Amino acid sequence: MEKPVLELSGVCKRYDALVAVDDLDLSLRTGEFLTLLGPSGSGKTTTLMMVAGLQQPDAGAITLNGAPVADLPPYRRDIGMVFQNYALFPHMTVRRNIAFPLEMRGIGRDEIGRLVDEALELVKLPGLGDRLPRQLSGGQQQRVALARALVYRPALLLMDEPLGALDRKLREQLQLEIKRVHRDRSISVLYVTHDQEEALTMSDRIAVFNHGRIEQIGTPEELYDKPETRFVAGFIGDTNFLSGRAVGVSGDGVCEIDTAAGRIRASTRQPIAAGATVSVAVRPERVVLAPTQDDAAGMAGTVVDVIFLGTARKYVVRLADGSECIALRQVSDRPLDIGGSAVRLSWPVERATAFPA
Amino acid sequence: MKTLDSRAWLVLPAGLVLLITFLLPVGWLLSRAFTFPQPGLQNFALLWERPVYLRVMLNTLTISAIVTPVTVLLAFPVAHLMAHGSPRLRRWLIFLVLVPFWTSLLVRAFATAILLQRHGVINSFLLGFGFIDEPLPLLYNMTGLLAGCVQVLLPFVIFPLYSSMARIDPACMRAAATLGASPVRAFLRVYLPLTLPGLMTGATLVFISTLGYYIIPALLGGARQQMISQLIQDQIATFGNWGVAGALSLVLLAATGAMLLLLQLTVGLKEIAR
Amino acid sequence: MAPWRALRATLVVLVALFLLAPLVVVVVISFSAAPFLQFPPPGFSLRWYDLLFTTPAWTNALLVSVELLVPSSILATILGTAAAYGLVRGRIPGATAIMACLMLPIVVPGMITAAALFGIYRGLGLNGTLTGLIIGHTVLHIPYVVATVASALRVQDAQLEQAAATLGAPPWATFRHVTLPLIMPAVLSSLLVAMILSFDELIVSLFVSSARVRPVAVQMWSNLLGDFDPTIAAIATVCFVFALLVLVADLALRAGRSLRPA
Repeated sequence: MEKPVLELSGVCKRYDALVAVDDLDLSLRTGEFLTLLGPSGSGKTTTLMMVAGLQQPDAGAITLNGAPVADLPPYRRDIGMVFQNYALFPHMTVRRNIAFPLEMRGIGRDEIGRLVDEALELVKLPGLGDRLPRQLSGGQQQRVALARALVYRPALLLMDEPLGALDRKLREQLQLEIKRVHRDRSISVLYVTHDQEEALTMSDRIAVFNHGRIEQIGTPEELYDKPETRFVAGFIGDTNFLSGRAVGVSGDGVCEIDTAAGRIRASTRQPIAAGATVSVAVRPERVVLAPTQDDAAGMAGTVVDVIFLGTARKYVVRLADGSECIALRQVSDRPLDIGGSAVRLSWPVERATAFPA
Repeated sequence: MKTLDSRAWLVLPAGLVLLITFLLPVGWLLSRAFTFPQPGLQNFALLWERPVYLRVMLNTLTISAIVTPVTVLLAFPVAHLMAHGSPRLRRWLIFLVLVPFWTSLLVRAFATAILLQRHGVINSFLLGFGFIDEPLPLLYNMTGLLAGCVQVLLPFVIFPLYSSMARIDPACMRAAATLGASPVRAFLRVYLPLTLPGLMTGATLVFISTLGYYIIPALLGGARQQMISQLIQDQIATFGNWGVAGALSLVLLAATGAMLLLLQLTVGLKEIAR
Repeated sequence: MAPWRALRATLVVLVALFLLAPLVVVVVISFSAAPFLQFPPPGFSLRWYDLLFTTPAWTNALLVSVELLVPSSILATILGTAAAYGLVRGRIPGATAIMACLMLPIVVPGMITAAALFGIYRGLGLNGTLTGLIIGHTVLHIPYVVATVASALRVQDAQLEQAAATLGAPPWATFRHVTLPLIMPAVLSSLLVAMILSFDELIVSLFVSSARVRPVAVQMWSNLLGDFDPTIAAIATVCFVFALLVLVADLALRAGRSLRPA
């Protein structure tokens, strides 16, 4: 197996009493696009900063391409970094900005010219070489920043919420750009964002951060369909959370739960004691609506609102204990004449996960 | 940590120069108050007993106390016009205030002296128009000193005051009007308090500058307006009395420090570079 | 509102006259034909300027002033810029206190600094030397440099330096290629300020000078206390024009700075 390009083990970082990063283990394979996802203050940016060398860990080891980097300042690490506010040098033209790292490495002028042209081609900005950063739009500036970070072919590209300052349309455009560059150059990318949609779109793997720890790390599908903690289930995509009391757990990990609106079943990977309060996470598009039949399985509820979303319909169902459950049905599915009436909700067991509350 | 912390050492050269060529000498001078000609507090006793010392110290405080409100009062309309006039007017006013600001204190004091002479411009003007029969004594007295100090110190109040005024949200005054305040009351209860940071900063600058003045009282004031700095110079140059000089310096420094402390407590010290 | 505006306008005009009149008078008298300070002057003459550049006392003074202001302002600028950079970027605990200490030469009354230096120099034989003057002026003007450059550094995005580091630039290269070009207007501005302040500085110079090593300001002072002739007005005008030129240069620098991106 190929050695990972980046490895963190036992990394900790504290700011006085606040623990920013807690005993972190992480490894990034060559050519992989790994996203650090989490809310503000969850430790993802701090982790990125430690990989860059702009901050020092209090404990633990970081290795880049097999070599420990603890004693290496940022300018001796084989990394490229893209910042949220672009950090383009305002007094230098686009060409000089991109040429800067090459000058630092003592590369000859002719070679620099060729590499800069190549980099501008890569980010689709040929001909803008003589402009100053302030003459460019936000999206263009970010592309120049990307070109600058890649022109010397670093082993690892670090990106700190690079699209945060851009508007939605531009963000989506640049997400595709970044993915394209990633594919074309086969670079290893460590990407930080708090936008879970962005993470799902771009990543090979995602590490979900919460309070300085990684709650789960896996492919977008794994995180979406098989969340391991309540936090991950709630952070990624839309989820319904239903609370109830566990009755028992069967041998193959199926948990029976009593709720105010009926008995339901969910799968679980953790041990849950009988009688314990649990929270069941089920995605709206997995909820199956059926017109009421008294002895049918599932939860009983009343449809209070139907919202048309174009490709789908959102059914807001109120349950017996007053909480709401959202069900999403594709418009192409057979339409249900439910409106305002009582329904029963159910789902495939493997699509719902029970967590201890 | 190494990359970022290493830059901290850049403070060292300036810090060392400051320590060796400023802090140590000043510390030495102040210590002489307690050690020259013999260890003890005699110098301070002298300051208290000899009427000339006491008089000069009180004089200095009084003069500063007079110069400060006069300067602030004259600075106020200028700062106000700067803050609320047209941008073009503002640029001209700023230039107008900066030009003398950049001219040396000596030159301005000397120029003011020329104006205030018995046969100077002001007296000739007043005599010529028949306002007075005899030339007014405008020089080598409190009037001359006041004129000189105010002349030099006006920019020190105008700029901080302008800075505060420019930051006042015009919506505040409008709100005051809609809430039923007459222009006068709105000014006194809303505007004036909002200018207080700049006003206090300017006033403090004027006060502590005047406390330490040497050139202006020497050129424009009379014997009755002698200030502490002149006394210090005298004690060293004429009498070689480092003890009294040190004691006087300590008093001067204490007064300056007290005013700054007052400013810090009321407004909070923020270095307004320019 | 109108009466208040009229009052304000009147006061502003009076203050403006008050601020400018003395300067105008000095400039006019410098061209006076009469050997005493009479205003308005009886005739036009350039003799005082002539005297200024031919009398050894004055030419020596001008030379000393230049020999003094150039090294001291350059030193103050280098030391002050380094200190400002270290304070703003170096993450020093107690940086505020250190900054306050560096501002002390401005806060402490000039007479105290002058007397202190004079006293210490006596023991070191530095009184009446150019070196003593240079040292004194350097330490007096470091605060202005620190304040100006620190202010410019705070406005600049610290992330630019981080970016440079990730791009492979060691600290000195980062300073040379990224930080310094962007703070250059502030550095040059404080260099000019230090030069002017040095040229005008009187109190410390008064104590440390001797008859032979005497800058312009001290020469003016001794003339003022002695015989008062319009040569003083001539040198004062030169000072004033010098300051005016520097002010215009500084304003031009600032205007150039405002064209930079936010």
